[in-house]
Amino acid sequence: MNKKLVTLNSKGHFGKFGGRFVPETLIAALDELEIAYNKAKNDSSFQKEFRLHLKDFAGRPTPLYFAERLSAKFRNTKIYLKREDLCHTGAHKINNTIGQILLAKKLNKKRIIAETGAGQHGVATATVAAKMGFDCVVYMGTKDMARQEMNVKRMQLLGAEVRGVTSGTQTLKDATNEAIRDWVANVRDTFYVLGSVVGPHPYPMMVRDFQKIIGEETREQILEKENRLPDILVACVGGGSNSIGLFFPFLNDDVKMFGVEAAGLGINTTQHAATLTKGKPGVLHGSFSYLLQDDDGQILPAHSISAGLDYPGVGPEHSFLKESGRVKYVSVTDDEALNALFELTKLEGIFPALESSHALAYLKKMKLNSKNEKIVVVNLSGRGEKDLPTILRG
Amino acid sequence: MNRLTTKLQSLQKEKRKALSIFLTAGFPMMEKTIPLVKAIEKGGADILELGIPFSDPLADGPTIQFSSHVALENGITLSKIFSIVKEIRTFSEKPIVLMGYMNSLLAFGSEKFFASCFECGVDGIIIPDLPIEEAEEIILQAKEKNIATIFLASPTTTNERLKLLDEHSTGFLYCVSITGVTGARKNISSQTEKFLKRAKKIVKKNPLLVGFGISTKKDAQQIKGLCDGIIVGSALINLIRESKAREMEKNVCNFVRELRTGLDE
Repeated sequence: MNKKLVTLNSKGHFGKFGGRFVPETLIAALDELEIAYNKAKNDSSFQKEFRLHLKDFAGRPTPLYFAERLSAKFRNTKIYLKREDLCHTGAHKINNTIGQILLAKKLNKKRIIAETGAGQHGVATATVAAKMGFDCVVYMGTKDMARQEMNVKRMQLLGAEVRGVTSGTQTLKDATNEAIRDWVANVRDTFYVLGSVVGPHPYPMMVRDFQKIIGEETREQILEKENRLPDILVACVGGGSNSIGLFFPFLNDDVKMFGVEAAGLGINTTQHAATLTKGKPGVLHGSFSYLLQDDDGQILPAHSISAGLDYPGVGPEHSFLKESGRVKYVSVTDDEALNALFELTKLEGIFPALESSHALAYLKKMKLNSKNEKIVVVNLSGRGEKDLPTILRG
Repeated sequence: MNRLTTKLQSLQKEKRKALSIFLTAGFPMMEKTIPLVKAIEKGGADILELGIPFSDPLADGPTIQFSSHVALENGITLSKIFSIVKEIRTFSEKPIVLMGYMNSLLAFGSEKFFASCFECGVDGIIIPDLPIEEAEEIILQAKEKNIATIFLASPTTTNERLKLLDEHSTGFLYCVSITGVTGARKNISSQTEKFLKRAKKIVKKNPLLVGFGISTKKDAQQIKGLCDGIIVGSALINLIRESKAREMEKNVCNFVRELRTGLDE
């Protein structure tokens, strides 16, 4: 087909991925958000305020920690951990919620909504909403509410209303549907704080920009400590915000990157969340990207021991980086992640989140035995306290 | 021109308003779709909209989420929907429009989708999560098979976009009455009236059909002066849910007839 409809101008694409696949009602709001974000991006007073909150409220910069005892398990390897687990509220999620809620303030919105899976993004949103004085509603699947009860209570303490979602699989996917429906209905006074690099344009770009501080700091810190760039970056991928945050500032460098998905009970079972490894491109939650789906295009339920990776979609930029070959996407099982969690806790005195444990587990599967010394940075995206009940049940 | 455009033009000549009725294909049981379609036709609908159930229908409220879920449990697929349309064409020449989400089309293959539409007798397609900017390929593929591409406009749509939507829509323009998802509501809001008056001024090419939240004869009467027709879905699904199996067709026929009267009197 060579005819072009020149009046149509689609935007927000990473190669063929991304775009905006949303009800018409949201287009005006996405346009408004895009304009506000582009302005804020180049506005030094906005950036100054953002950086100040990251420093004084979120606790940045987070350390880049040399894991000596873990490194000793491998030959010629230095493993550094980017300590996002030390951020306020316990994970990298707060970087993005500070950015988005500052934008909500600029746009004079009265009300904040968010979706959450494990509850980390919900807690980070409720936290910043409390600090900045917004009403906050968090949508959460009832299945996730049951397995992440502590985070539900935390959000409620912070003054947020947690709305249980009983439709579909009662997890993050359905919470996201419900948050989008709320936004469609209340679009004029409501700001939707999306928690990952998914959704319609400009979210994947904007959330990446708010998270790229992880990679920027890492770059500065490793140059200071090692006087050179790392050889390998490793991060877990659910929706993909912590990984893109680490990878993005290194995309043009000679650095290998691995995105680790959740293989659940195994990628040859139906119980996994390895979207890029096993999925096919399609449209979910507003963008064109890899998805877990059946032959009729119905979305398949994902499974992972880690609620934060339990999502059948993935950010469109990751789909692009997969197809271009720039980033290699791999997977580890529930058991491998659990073992890595125990190992790091015992070896380094750091208790990682189940999500981040997927990235740690992949170290064992890499060929880290070269003659030349290799520097590896693993993004320790969150801390493990929230996972205690899951681990104890284990 | 296809059945849809022909029908809407003749209605306009007769100065009558169009009644489009939405039914989730495969709901409440596979074998009920055909009898319900017959009841809808008998009740006096001008256009039949068949919903393609999707696991994650983000433009739909609880009612159509429910009917989609039930239909999927019943084993409905797009291929089965095309067989249903083929069967409808053995007894009816009413315009048929499919309404479904983008991922269902992509999984089926969009070119194959429009070829099947043409072959089985579908006249138009509504994709609530496909804004005009992303629709280029779909528009061109649909055009080749003479299938109408019906876009949605909402109260938040700017005047400039309304023009663009009018330019690329064929069949009609689907005006979403409120900012929100599908579902029956108590009243027609002043927001709807304002939006329809604005749309009427700007949209030149397409008839305006109004949907989302239109559920009673009273709604039909109240809104008919502001548009060229109405679309009713969730209220019908609710009625089917509340009906005993043997009274389902009768109730549906009566309900559609009541809406028809509301538009005609």
